[in-house]
Amino acid sequence: MIKSFKKNIKGILIEGLTLSSALIIIAIVVVMFTVIVIGGKDQITWEFLTSFPEDGMTKGGIFPAIYGTALLVILMSIAAVPFGTITAIYLTEYAKENSIIAKTIRFAVRTLAVIPSIIYGLFGLGFFIKFVGTQMDNAFLGGQLKWGQPNILWASLTMSLLTLPVVIVSVEEALKTVPKDLRAASLALGATKWQTIWKVVIPGSISGIMTGTILAVSRGAGEVAPILFTGVAYYLATLPASLSDQFMVLGYHIYVMTTQSANVDQTMPIQFGTTLVLLMLTFILNFSAIILRYRIRKKKTD
Amino acid sequence: MKAFNIKKFAIVAILLGLVGFAFAPAADRITVKGSDTLVILAQKWAEVYMKSNPNTAIQVTGGGSGTGISALINGSTDIANASRKMKPSEKDKLKARYNTLGVEVACAKDGITVYLHPSNKVTELSVKQLGEIFKGNIKNWKEVGGADADIKLYGRENSSGTYVFFQENVVKGDYAPNCQTLPGTAAVVNAVKKDVNGIGYGGAAYAEGIEICKVKKDDNSPAYIASAETIKNNQYPITRYLYMYLKNKPTGALKSYIDWILSPEGQKMVVEAGYFPIK
Amino acid sequence: MTKKTKKGRKSEASNSGLIDITQKKFRWSDYLAEKIIKGVAFLSITIIILIFVFVFRESLPIFSSAKSAEHAEAASNTTEVQETYGEVTDQPIVEEVQETYGEVTDQSNVQETYGEVTDTSSTKSPAESYAVSDGSGYDDNQSALKSLASKDWYPVSDKPRFGLLPLIIGTFKITVISILFAAPLAILAALYTASFAGKRLKEIIKPTIEMLAGFPSVVIGFFALMVLATFLQEVFHYDTRLNSFVGGIAMGIAAIPIIFTITEDALTAVPKTFNEASLALGASKWQTAFFVILPAATPGIFAAILLGIGRVFGETMIALMATGNAAQMGLNPFESVRTLAATIGAEMAEVVFGDTHYNVLFLIGSLLFIFTFVINAIAEFYVKGKLMKRIQGK
Repeated sequence: MIKSFKKNIKGILIEGLTLSSALIIIAIVVVMFTVIVIGGKDQITWEFLTSFPEDGMTKGGIFPAIYGTALLVILMSIAAVPFGTITAIYLTEYAKENSIIAKTIRFAVRTLAVIPSIIYGLFGLGFFIKFVGTQMDNAFLGGQLKWGQPNILWASLTMSLLTLPVVIVSVEEALKTVPKDLRAASLALGATKWQTIWKVVIPGSISGIMTGTILAVSRGAGEVAPILFTGVAYYLATLPASLSDQFMVLGYHIYVMTTQSANVDQTMPIQFGTTLVLLMLTFILNFSAIILRYRIRKKKTD
Repeated sequence: MKAFNIKKFAIVAILLGLVGFAFAPAADRITVKGSDTLVILAQKWAEVYMKSNPNTAIQVTGGGSGTGISALINGSTDIANASRKMKPSEKDKLKARYNTLGVEVACAKDGITVYLHPSNKVTELSVKQLGEIFKGNIKNWKEVGGADADIKLYGRENSSGTYVFFQENVVKGDYAPNCQTLPGTAAVVNAVKKDVNGIGYGGAAYAEGIEICKVKKDDNSPAYIASAETIKNNQYPITRYLYMYLKNKPTGALKSYIDWILSPEGQKMVVEAGYFPIK
Repeated sequence: MTKKTKKGRKSEASNSGLIDITQKKFRWSDYLAEKIIKGVAFLSITIIILIFVFVFRESLPIFSSAKSAEHAEAASNTTEVQETYGEVTDQPIVEEVQETYGEVTDQSNVQETYGEVTDTSSTKSPAESYAVSDGSGYDDNQSALKSLASKDWYPVSDKPRFGLLPLIIGTFKITVISILFAAPLAILAALYTASFAGKRLKEIIKPTIEMLAGFPSVVIGFFALMVLATFLQEVFHYDTRLNSFVGGIAMGIAAIPIIFTITEDALTAVPKTFNEASLALGASKWQTAFFVILPAATPGIFAAILLGIGRVFGETMIALMATGNAAQMGLNPFESVRTLAATIGAEMAEVVFGDTHYNVLFLIGSLLFIFTFVINAIAEFYVKGKLMKRIQGK
């Protein structure tokens, strides 16, 4: 009797311990979120979102940062999504399941996923800017410096490398939900493999491609380390108008305002406002990705 | 079918937009990089200048004087803001790359301010004392007349011109290893604001909400804070020029911008930003 | 007439001429598609190799012998005077300099000036002059190589030293603190979600923690700098506001989602038969969870911790904002630290390409790359191997 009572206590303790761990984590999330919302909610006005910073960043808005983030992310997706999707197609459709090539590619993808983001920045600097950029300058402009310096093109290519694994994994997951029978049926009806992929498999996994894109965009909007020395700027009075321009982004704006703004107290509301905007952005993106993924998984188990 | 056509159209439109974007004719573009001390001023200059000269696009980034000068040597900036002079080795590199020693433009004067917490009993220090404090040889406030507490050092990253200038002129040695390196002057001020035993250094323009330490040249001189007068008369011991470095003598849009900065209008903004004009 | 296509499929009999044309067309696009797809897929492997090559390439010069003895001489010998623009009252700056410590600036390489000419004699105190070179005066790669193992990280100094030890210790301290904070929380929470939680609770807990994964590290760093640092300082009463403790906790917050997700996957991957057998033998729910499922998922949990370590090791923004960035060697968690990744982030923008400092930063990058690569490889091969063995029954 006592033994079972002791056991019960143990059980309650363990269950309680694990539950409180989960609750602590949730509490941390809620606290972070609430602090940022409270600090920034008064800032979010239409003017804030659509005007330029003024008066040494102590007044005005963050429009160029929002624009720069959007532009960066669009360019990044144009590079990352097609490449990622094609790689995923290769892995699921063309490669033999346990071939060395498939295993190597999968290992490469997972390694890419864990490399620190600052290394991508180093690579962007060493490869894109110093190598590709200067080669381009020598070839097209006779040595005049245009492409061999940080700009939005190299920054978005660097970011696309960073988010490539995310795209590949999500698309692969979605491709796998297309039942093998569907492919077999298509082939039986006389379609070639490529036709099957193009007209049956891909349309069936659009949601996965979208999930991958959304997750990539969310990651790209928030990462600052890779663009620190590949193209971001502190202040631009005009929006980037060509691929060889620099740009502002929300994440870097936050970082720079906490460290380089003229008067930290004065800019504090703007800092919180910018953080809130960035947080809301990634929040909405992640949320939609989660819902999409949930739908994909439901489809799989149906 | 109709939906498909709309999709196609949208894709083509986006692609065309991007092509136009990639090859858009650039307005006169001036890139300014470098000193964190100068960055607020540089940003203000850019903002005001562009209001009256909409054809010039000015891009301003901070990062530290070292960053700006490196960018100048690497070719990725037009103007390098620096809160210190260029080192001979940097001039060498610039020469090796572009066969020019560069052009130095003094654009403002600054007194490096020593920040203290408002509740700190200490109100003045000599240059030598500051040096010893930041080298880590004086570790406790009581050694300089304050409370019995460890001195907490706050400084800048080694890419900062302020870091180098302070080192060359005050510290005259290596900074103590426990000196926290903060990424910007605002961060230094913020840190000292929150630390009763903190001491930090940085440009005069950032000093708000903290106590400014009076500095004396040696133990027998009077102590001053950085003001327009003490700087003009060379009374404040830690005065410096703020520079803009260029590769060559400026021409065209760049020249107009620099001439404007050196004009009374531009210099007025220097004062508004909390620095001191060069004249 | 039937025709065999490349893949051996028979085409339908019909107007043979028409079919021939259409068959050939499809074959080309198929063929092209396959080739392109294969090519692109190899891109990911190529990228890894490229990153490897380029990051290592830029750090190699450290290991080559001294190349800049000439540098040192050239630096102090040229005495060219630059042009001036605007008002000029330039004079080469020579004052009574009694002692010099290190290189002396201002006596050579006088640049041209534009606008006001600065008289810098006011900024030099008459006694000593101390000049900070950026390393090229002593751009001896051999001495840089030797200094890698030293205790001083002073890349911008009269005698530049690139001691990596304080950076490595700093990174180590932060990693330990963050994993000590994050791992128990995440693993226990995952245990709860996998074994105890009801469906509805699961659907609240899992998405919330996945939301945490979506917080950009800048935002976590901002939160740590503004709120967490003050809060922790009030609770624990230590001196330095920004230190490895604050940074560690913040990075732990960033690592929790990774450890949680992978642990939870590992726990749910344990075959249901384990669960059922244990319950059938009379064990209670918690006994099953704690003594059966958890041990069975140990390889996966190990992998989760490894990946959490990898994440923290390379985290840059939180380190830049919340750790104080002072390169110190002490083991006190309440001291400021400087991590490897933050050093790259803070100093990369300022180096001149080709400099010793530049090479050392790339060397640090290579170290980070190797470390995360190795961690990932261990988590993959070793752990998966053990996991498979366990689940297939010992």
